[in-house]
Amino acid sequence: MSRVIVTPKAAAKEVLKDASMQKQKDMMAGHYDRLTSAPETGAKVASTFVPGNLNELIMCFDLVNNLPEVNAIQSGLRRQSGGYVLEAEKIGHSEDVCTYVKSDVGMMAKGNIAPNGKKFPNPDVLLLSYTGCFTFMKWFELLREQYKCETIMLHTPYMGDGKITPNMVEYMVKQLKEEVIPKLEQVSGVKFDIDRLRENLKKSVTAEEDLVWVLQSAKNKPSPIDAYFGGIYYIGPIFGAFRGTDDAIEYYKFLREEVAERIAEGKGPVTPDGDMGKEKYRLVVEGPPNYTNFRQFWKMFYDEGAVVVASSYTKVGGVYDLGFRHNPDKPLETLAEYCLGVYTNRSLPMRIDMLSNYINEYEADGLLINSIKSCNSFSAGQLLMMREVEKRTGKPAAFVESDLVDPRYFSAANIKNRLESYLQMIEQKRAGSKAA
Amino acid sequence: MDASLTRSATAGIVARAQDLFEDLSFNAAREWKAAKPGRKVVGYMPIYVPREIIHAADMLPLGVVGGGDQLEVIHGDAYYQSYICRIPRSTIELGVSGRLDFVDGMLFPSICDVIRNLSGMWKMMFPDVYSRYFDVPQNYRDEIGGNYYVNELAELRHDLGELRGKPITDDELRHSIAVYNENRKLVRELYAFRAERPWQAPAPEVYLVLRAGLVLPVEEHSAMLRDYLAAARAEERPMRDNCRIVLTGAFCEQPPLNLIKSLELAGCYVVDDDLLLVTRWLTADVPTDGDPLRNLATSFLHQSESTAAKYEPDQKEKGQHLVRAVKKSGAEGVIFAAPSFCDPALLDRPMLQHVLKDAGIPFIAFKYAENSGQMQPIREQAGTFADSIKLWSGA
Ligand code: SF4
Ligand code: SF4
Repeated sequence: MSRVIVTPKAAAKEVLKDASMQKQKDMMAGHYDRLTSAPETGAKVASTFVPGNLNELIMCFDLVNNLPEVNAIQSGLRRQSGGYVLEAEKIGHSEDVCTYVKSDVGMMAKGNIAPNGKKFPNPDVLLLSYTGCFTFMKWFELLREQYKCETIMLHTPYMGDGKITPNMVEYMVKQLKEEVIPKLEQVSGVKFDIDRLRENLKKSVTAEEDLVWVLQSAKNKPSPIDAYFGGIYYIGPIFGAFRGTDDAIEYYKFLREEVAERIAEGKGPVTPDGDMGKEKYRLVVEGPPNYTNFRQFWKMFYDEGAVVVASSYTKVGGVYDLGFRHNPDKPLETLAEYCLGVYTNRSLPMRIDMLSNYINEYEADGLLINSIKSCNSFSAGQLLMMREVEKRTGKPAAFVESDLVDPRYFSAANIKNRLESYLQMIEQKRAGSKAA
Repeated sequence: MDASLTRSATAGIVARAQDLFEDLSFNAAREWKAAKPGRKVVGYMPIYVPREIIHAADMLPLGVVGGGDQLEVIHGDAYYQSYICRIPRSTIELGVSGRLDFVDGMLFPSICDVIRNLSGMWKMMFPDVYSRYFDVPQNYRDEIGGNYYVNELAELRHDLGELRGKPITDDELRHSIAVYNENRKLVRELYAFRAERPWQAPAPEVYLVLRAGLVLPVEEHSAMLRDYLAAARAEERPMRDNCRIVLTGAFCEQPPLNLIKSLELAGCYVVDDDLLLVTRWLTADVPTDGDPLRNLATSFLHQSESTAAKYEPDQKEKGQHLVRAVKKSGAEGVIFAAPSFCDPALLDRPMLQHVLKDAGIPFIAFKYAENSGQMQPIREQAGTFADSIKLWSGA
């Protein structure tokens, strides 16, 4: 092994256990420092979105990647988003719209402070590469109004008929060749080098392999990971600013080793309160989590012995477990196919298939939907999804409601009640099937 | 012409349009379909689909824009959480209650995430009906977005040809383009006439006449437009001391007719709006010679309306369509009226408001739902707005 982990105090096992977490922490801290020191270092900054991001390409131009959604998540976790949302509403945004946008806009209005306490730099370019949500388009129009910087649109058609057609790929490749790349060259002053892109893509594949291995480890009983709450940490590097880097390769390698060890020891997932107790329920979860009360939300699950074995949210930045890998031999086509294939760009029937398959493959007890008040992209249609998945799998489904980063829409008592009655329903179902 | 006769001519046309508007079973379309064996009907949602292609396949394009305030939503509510706009649930209601059981196809244009997901729901719930999510390019270069769009149009043309059992020819398409050019020309005339003499063509009437175009064969609708224009021109009606406003944000879920009426009662003449955009999405004639799909694509890219569902690549252009609409129609202010929970309209609004502010154009904003009953608050708000405009312009 080429890596050296310097944590002298810890025993070997704990070193391994902490390695991925520590690594991710360092990566994130380093990233935010790179971002906030851009004015001094002269680094150019590209803002872009998580679903359909082109990190491998962005890196070809030495641009530092800033992700407004991740900033909104950070604000949510740090309990600042509530204030930001109110600020955005004060300056004219409707209470009805996506709270990610409002958190971001509010943060801007309040000085644009990054998690490291320093100011975010203004973006040099807004790369409107997005999939599966129209709000993104409006979001960058709103940011462009403020920053008055170059905005590049990469339009990803929607997989309405459940398939990627040659016309879609051709359209996207043409946009990449004739719009995105020339403009990125212009903004960055760096000439595009397709071999550099291939190199980055190659690195992506390595990390993608390990990520999939980790996600699929939840097929074990007990599951060594929580594929929703824990999964959110696991997807951080690959969905964010690190896909295509050595850092990501290393992170996923550590992670895979840790998980392998947990399987060998017959352990369940790690939670904020340490190792989870006995696995009593295995769930599949659809929809984004709530970030303002994230730990409280998670605790409701692990206190009951409920572990999430698969989730759709961990596929918003790429559906790798269904087989997609970036292909260095077809660099631009692969970027197009990546964008086209992310979860929210998949038609509703595709989403239903995916969730039903998860329930079967991961031997889950049922489906839980966290419906997000301000996210139409996920939420519109979820009631039908729920009924359809129930019908197909014969497993019960349930619905809770919250919001991503607006604390006004998190009702702990309500969610806890619903979760408890859902778990009881699962118990009854089990008792019923035993009796039968 | 005898004044009482012309009055009845207008009233007669409007009454027919109102009947069509109120008929939630779409009997006119049903009758059209039943009149000849083999006829097919293809439904579509707001904002834009190329109706020419449906028409060229000898089919009736049927605009489906929700259920309005007369439809009791019984099933639809079980499909949508309370924080999602009304139009998808009332459209589902129209579907599950059998009101659209004669429709052979449904097109879901790319407006927003709600309609996008609704297209998948339709596929699941009505698997025997041809349904398609109709994507449009957000890149407006001919060789990029244009090529993509031509291919999308070709797919639609192919599918509808299959549905008919006979491919759609170029000549059929050219003919349909000409027929729709005529219709759009009349709609533009109607809008121009209203902007000039809004008391002669009240907004609720214009809306109803326009809306009839969603359910009637286009030829019949063009005749209706011609008749209405002639009748409205001939009829003298009293001019009120109203201010002139542009209504915007109402491009998808439709406001109740009462809302439009209330605006005029509150002292606002609507001189332009973004209601039922499909009827005037393309702002100039589509050429009838050459490749018809290419012509439709080029018109879409370079001569179509701006709206929140469309990306504006040029920051300087953002919102300018609204300023232009105000100038062209001689409006004195803008009323933003958006459906509750409508992300595109509501996210666009602050940007448009900044543009209006810079241009010195006054505005107000409120939300509605297609089944909003209480008009009093809206009337009061619009009334106050009208008063302030009059004061301001008098100063
Ligand atoms: S609507 Fe949903 S998917 Fe879109 S930006 Fe907001 S949270 Fe993300
Ligand atoms: S009203 Fe707005 S949010 Fe609802 S379907 Fe229409 S465009 Fe989408």
